Amino acid sequence: MTHAADANAAASDLGAADIERIYRSLRLIRRVEEEIVHLYPSDRIKSPVHLSIGQEAVAVGICDALRPDDVIAPTYRGHAGYLAKGGSLGGMMAELYGKSTGVAGGKGGSMHLIDMSCNVLGASAVVGTTIPVALGYAFALKSTKTDRVVVAFFGDGATEEGVFAESLNFAALRKLPILFVCENNFYAIHAPLNRRWATEKLCERVATYDIPAYRCDDGDVLKLRSLAIGAIARLRRGAGPVFIECRTYRWREHVGPNTDFGAGYRPAAEMEPWLKKDEVMRLAALIAPERRVAIDAGIEQDIAEAVRFAELSPFPMAEALYANVFAGA
Amino acid sequence: MQMSLPAPEGRLLTYADALREAVAQEMRLDPRVFLFGLDVDDHKAIQGSTRGLLEEFGAERVFGTPLSEDAMTGLAIGAAIAGMRPIHVHIRMDFLLLCMNQLINVAAKASYMYGGQVRVPLVVRSMIGKSWGQGAQHSQGLHAMFMHVPGLKVVAPSNAHDAKGCMIAAIRDDNPVIFVEHRLLYHTTAFVPAHSYEVAFGKARLCMRGDDLTIVGISSMLPECLRAGQMLADIGIFPEVIDPISLAPLDIATMVKSAQRTGRLLVVDSAWTSCGASAEIVARVVEAEDTSAAIAVRRMGYAPTTCPTTPALECEFYPDPAKIATVAHAMVRPQEPAWTPNPARAKLPYLLKSHGPL
Repeated sequence: MTHAADANAAASDLGAADIERIYRSLRLIRRVEEEIVHLYPSDRIKSPVHLSIGQEAVAVGICDALRPDDVIAPTYRGHAGYLAKGGSLGGMMAELYGKSTGVAGGKGGSMHLIDMSCNVLGASAVVGTTIPVALGYAFALKSTKTDRVVVAFFGDGATEEGVFAESLNFAALRKLPILFVCENNFYAIHAPLNRRWATEKLCERVATYDIPAYRCDDGDVLKLRSLAIGAIARLRRGAGPVFIECRTYRWREHVGPNTDFGAGYRPAAEMEPWLKKDEVMRLAALIAPERRVAIDAGIEQDIAEAVRFAELSPFPMAEALYANVFAGA
Repeated sequence: MQMSLPAPEGRLLTYADALREAVAQEMRLDPRVFLFGLDVDDHKAIQGSTRGLLEEFGAERVFGTPLSEDAMTGLAIGAAIAGMRPIHVHIRMDFLLLCMNQLINVAAKASYMYGGQVRVPLVVRSMIGKSWGQGAQHSQGLHAMFMHVPGLKVVAPSNAHDAKGCMIAAIRDDNPVIFVEHRLLYHTTAFVPAHSYEVAFGKARLCMRGDDLTIVGISSMLPECLRAGQMLADIGIFPEVIDPISLAPLDIATMVKSAQRTGRLLVVDSAWTSCGASAEIVARVVEAEDTSAAIAVRRMGYAPTTCPTTPALECEFYPDPAKIATVAHAMVRPQEPAWTPNPARAKLPYLLKSHGPL
């Protein structure tokens, strides 16, 4: 049934190139979001943002185990998943700026990022909503007899929605190639788990659907990657869905660029252990300093280019208001 | 008086058989089409409208589901985004309320909020379950809720010919289409061509020509309006009866043109009138740019109550041909005392046959 991740040796299986790739992805997401924090007071970003800072390891660990033709369904706290899967950085920044060159032409914003060219399904601002959509994509993949897989990302709050249970049941019934990844950051907006769940036995709940369920308690990106590799191998074999609960921690406020430990709903001390095991720092330490400097410089350059692209891009023309209400119109 | 359904061609087919034929023809043509929903593969086969599809196309393309309307709607959307063309069937329109998050927040908006990166070719079949004690939660006509939301198409064919053509058009459409059926229409017949054809959305049909008033009948109210029209003709009142067929898009131009000519517009819906399709049609006719002369307007629909089960109240709840004729008469000849047609003549065959147990 359930067991905590046991992948202590995971790092030793990896070569320097793997570690560098994973680090780059973690660092890119962290730095992009720090840049968003930096830009936010300028009011040039025209979209509410739900930052993943502190939670990057979940998206990166899982997505590093995927092929380009695999599909992910991120959430409205989705910058991390979107970028980890390779979503266009310039298209994302332009989208946040409300520009016509954004991935949704400025009509979706941060909460509806999408990049179908990288198989990133569109995110939704309604909790849990993308779980069955991901399920449907997995159904279609199974129907077409490919070995591609789908990952549905969602938070702990989404597991309280009825559609989560409905989707688990159908995925198990049809043995669909879908990996359910719960990013458990312990809060649904500001409501803690102990006011929402009678028990924390989430994996046990899921396992009753005959879905193998795993939990990773510490946000270790390499353990998560290792778990994902095993899970995805099972999906590709057609053996049915897998569930992974990834405990993690949101460092910033629910929505917006700030910290919110003064608000009273959670103590600052709660974040301390997570700060100590910051995965960005941990992986940075595994990389030769000169390599790290080069990677970081590359990231800064990419971000600067993306921001410049967003700033120089035009806003959509008024006629665009009516475009795409219907497909092809 | 002129019926302008297309010239009789093909065979007399029931509405249910026409739907089945449309789906079967499209499934033969396009392997991406699949049909699913509660009970589509059981022995009752959704009033016969899915009979034989499982046998012909197999359980991968025709299947019943768990009672999970929310997730199954999301499943349809996800499959559609992945390139398939799902037909999701609901045996009552009331059950669409369990699908609203996915239909309104995702299906309707995906094309727009994702900047055209995805499309959702999805048909949602649902049945208005009027009559014989179907009551509060098995009889609602909720199409106006979907007309309200940009990004959805809504069609409500009133006869077997249009049922087939609209179904084929809906399956081929790259957008979500809410397909409104009516339980009392399933056994009605019309001439239906055997070949594949589309009935285009956004084009109303003139079903009866006349100069005295314009009557728009939606879904099952169309045949009831036609019967009312026949009774009105007996006393020298000649209505123009229009079937909108599709409610979104709405062919308002045809209704405007007719109402401007007759000066009177009565819209009869198989639904409540408040914020309903009838309200929308009346408002758009009246506010049309080229409407200058006053047009007298009336709406008829469900009584503004929950639908009762007892026949003694159910008959009060629904419009019927006699009530429609009475209202139309009062609009055309307001100076005359109220007129009630012969009740025996007012009953349509399907109303006479509509009895239980169901």
